[in-house]
Amino acid sequence: MRAFTFKQVARQEEALLLSDAHAGASPGEVRFIAGGTTLVDLMKLNVERPSVVIDINRLPLDKIETTPDGGVRIGALVRNGDCAHHPLLQSRYPALSQALLSGASAQLRNMATTGGNLLQRTRCTYFRDTVWTCNKRVPGSGCSAIGGANRMLAILGASEHCIATNPSDMNVALTALEATVHLQGKEGERSVAIDEFFHRPGTTPHIENVLRPGELITAVSLPAPAPGSRSLYLKLRDRATYEFALASAAVVLTAASGRITHVRLALGGVGTVPWRAHEAEAALLGKGPSPEIFRRAAEAVLQHARPQSENGFKVELARRCITHALTTAVAGGGEQYGS
Amino acid sequence: MDPRTTLLDCLRETIHLTGTKKGCDHGQCGACTVHINGRRVNSCLTFAAMHQADEITTIEGLGEPGRLHPMQAAFVEHDGYQCGYYTSGQIMSAVALLKEPCGPSDMDVKEYLGGNICRCGAYPNIVAAVQAVRRHSLL
Repeated sequence: MRAFTFKQVARQEEALLLSDAHAGASPGEVRFIAGGTTLVDLMKLNVERPSVVIDINRLPLDKIETTPDGGVRIGALVRNGDCAHHPLLQSRYPALSQALLSGASAQLRNMATTGGNLLQRTRCTYFRDTVWTCNKRVPGSGCSAIGGANRMLAILGASEHCIATNPSDMNVALTALEATVHLQGKEGERSVAIDEFFHRPGTTPHIENVLRPGELITAVSLPAPAPGSRSLYLKLRDRATYEFALASAAVVLTAASGRITHVRLALGGVGTVPWRAHEAEAALLGKGPSPEIFRRAAEAVLQHARPQSENGFKVELARRCITHALTTAVAGGGEQYGS
Repeated sequence: MDPRTTLLDCLRETIHLTGTKKGCDHGQCGACTVHINGRRVNSCLTFAAMHQADEITTIEGLGEPGRLHPMQAAFVEHDGYQCGYYTSGQIMSAVALLKEPCGPSDMDVKEYLGGNICRCGAYPNIVAAVQAVRRHSLL
């Protein structure tokens, strides 16, 4: 592990001043540390090599609060386990709680934070092992995953430079729930819709999101749940617990008078970013729920799938994941809010 | 102390509390599980310098020969280990589980202990030990 200077801060302004002062020409020189579950892991692998680490755990960003519009604001330092077991979030946004509980272990959920999970790095083997080429780790070096061991990697949103999957379950639920990410930088506060927070790899896979150097995630907010909507998270993986998704789906759905009147669908495990399935939503809206409609919705998003040498199975797996999640939501398998 | 020192290495190499074990050193095996302010965490994925004001409980703090914690006694009674390398992490997780919203079934216990591996495969006996303590604490 590269040697670093360790700083602890108690105030947000202090964190921003420090990060700005140390933000050198090279990205990744300064890192905020919260739970550490991604950062420390990758520092040990020499994938993350900051020269300054700023401990932000003492910042007052650990509250879950309701907002005047009926939504909720989750502080960036709220631990994933606390978020998952929070009664208000469990009753209003079950997909979020289910997604969090389907990820990692209880120990890791006690450490990992809301802000940190948004920035969780890919599990692509070639990213994590410095022996191999990886455009995300070393821009311009090449992608060993294309033509390599890519069974776990993306079928949606990849480029010829990177096919790494976003590994987070939480991000998929937040995408279906239309979350907003709140940021604080030296130039002030700004808010970004989660659908615009993540960058697809394109020609710059090392740039994963809209965060500017030194900018801090302060909170994630969710709008009020649509009355009568159900939400759920379905995760398919190689073993029953403690494993990353091969395919997952977060669904928010309202059905009234035999028609789907509101639907949001996001996919995990298959995309380079948490994948909002706009085309599938369009195929479902206003229709009567049926296996045929669900299948067509899945086709609408998976027609864009570009499998690699080892992950062709993900197309069919994602199709079944989507149709099963929608079937469960319509049948009342998800929790209903506001009925 | 070098800021690179993890809580795990600090416990083992500096304080010489070697009951907490190093397995994978990447948060995947659970051997390094300790409690920070009463919550179980992987001590390999956090720096010691981040916890100067925190209360850390390791396996040494649970009990000792002749005065075992009920969970330690249950692991002995139900033969919840073979080589024993991952046992302290298993027990630290199991003790934390008693205060967590874990459902009543064996499957619930398996899910809540999913972050602690046992390569000897003593899983059925580990679940039996945990369930025995939970049943007893309900009496």
